[in-house]
Amino acid sequence: MTDAAIDIRAGAFKPGTSDAEIEAAAAKAATHRRRTVMFWRVAILVAFLALWEIAARLAWIDPFFYAMPSAIAQRLYEWTTEGTSEGPLWYHLYVTMEESVIGFVTGSVAGIIIGVALGRNRMAADIFSIYIKVINSIPRVVLAPIFIMILGLGLASKVALAFVMVFFVVFHNAFQGVREADRAMIANARILGASNWQLTRSVIVPSAMSWIFASLHVSFGFAIIGAIVGEFVGSRYGIGLLINIAKGSFDAAGMYAAIVIVMVVALGAEYLMTMVEDRLAKWRPQPLHETQ
Amino acid sequence: MAIEKNAPAIELINVSRRFLSPTGKSLTALRDFTMTVERGEFVAVVGPTGCGKSTTLNLVTGLASPSAGEVRVMGAPVKGIDPRIGFVFQSDALFPWRTVIDNVMAGPLFRGKAKSEATAAARDWLARVGLSRFEQHYPHQLSGGMRKRVALAQTFINGPEILLMDEPFSALDVQTRVLMHEELLRLWSQAKASVVFVTHDLEEAIALADKVYVLTAGPATVKSVYTIDLPRPRVVADIRYEQSFIDYSRTIWADLKEEVETSYARAAA
Repeated sequence: MTDAAIDIRAGAFKPGTSDAEIEAAAAKAATHRRRTVMFWRVAILVAFLALWEIAARLAWIDPFFYAMPSAIAQRLYEWTTEGTSEGPLWYHLYVTMEESVIGFVTGSVAGIIIGVALGRNRMAADIFSIYIKVINSIPRVVLAPIFIMILGLGLASKVALAFVMVFFVVFHNAFQGVREADRAMIANARILGASNWQLTRSVIVPSAMSWIFASLHVSFGFAIIGAIVGEFVGSRYGIGLLINIAKGSFDAAGMYAAIVIVMVVALGAEYLMTMVEDRLAKWRPQPLHETQ
Repeated sequence: MAIEKNAPAIELINVSRRFLSPTGKSLTALRDFTMTVERGEFVAVVGPTGCGKSTTLNLVTGLASPSAGEVRVMGAPVKGIDPRIGFVFQSDALFPWRTVIDNVMAGPLFRGKAKSEATAAARDWLARVGLSRFEQHYPHQLSGGMRKRVALAQTFINGPEILLMDEPFSALDVQTRVLMHEELLRLWSQAKASVVFVTHDLEEAIALADKVYVLTAGPATVKSVYTIDLPRPRVVADIRYEQSFIDYSRTIWADLKEEVETSYARAAA
């Protein structure tokens, strides 16, 4: 619990302590707590990297398979300054991002529209639910070769894969969110005079929004997976291709370096998404003490 | 269909309402239910918990239709949702993602009014319920009583000729509830609407209404009707100590008690 830091313990203050003093003490405690959290986060990362490095250098683990942080850092440095064997790193990153973003946007828009439409229409939901279950049961990755065969080595096949990765997650949440919309609220809107379209737009969709956002958080990660798997199976550019080439030349540092790049990008996207959500969800009650 | 000028606001004539339980069993909520609400009249409906009181309101809104019998609003049979009807819910039915003023202006906007007109009307209604300072707040930032006042403004802004209320104040504490009663009577006397007020609180019913309908334990039908002849304007906070109020209360409770006991015995069985 976040309030623990600001708990005023019995006996911590003498009777007659002013509110200002208590507030100052609470602010101090909160700052202290934030610093402790940050310290341990950094400490654990440093310890992990150091242990890895030492274990590899002392040959407790074979650096041929596990690489080591210094080698990965060096590979990243080479890639950013000199480019990869397949051309500049930025271009590969750009290609992967382009595929992921297009797949993510189209997949989530389609997921929201179809999820809301089926959520609003019981009959259609009953008819189509079986097909959605069937298609959903296909492990998405096995579609990669098919998409590449049909759509070629370029952008389209990766976008298609990212799309199917994203679509089902968003669809399920949008559908569920619509089903969970409060019935009294819907009745209220209808009696106030809302038409079906007004009801969908200004009551159903906003109330499903927290469900939809929960799925958008994870599904950008899925879009990246789709793009990279697609590149892995067949492509001319992209981070997935870099991993594939590193694998082919037994370049462990290169593989880990590519993973680090993907991690950084995914974290950045997650951060952006949280910012957008906070802005859209300002109507929601905030916890009493916000300590990040 | 020609609408009669002087037809009662609401008529339920020998209405029955059956519905299917999730397991497919047919249940009866209302049986041979007859009720008339004159224009401008304040009617309270009391009955044991779960007897089907709320069903009567849903029939009038058109959100539910009768299995047998007839429901008429202003002399015409109910077909879909009537724009002359306003409804105040038991639960919080405000839109939590909209500010107070956006909640209040929802009705006029849904009905195609211009935004400037709706805003002006919403400001006016917020002033009338004493919430002008809270225009830009979100519902979760308000107390339960304030949220109810927003709900009242949201309903009254549409100028309903018929006001249906489903245990609207049951979630409020006793002091706030009395304040809300005063507020409601004040708004009602200005708006001249016909009211059906469903409650399980007999004192609330007597303090507010012109007529009290007592329902039987489910399936609900009308057990008896009492006309409450207390002078208006009423001061809800004080009226409960008057002798005539106490007499009404005693008589009607004797009647209602049987039904409550039946309903309780059934639930316990």
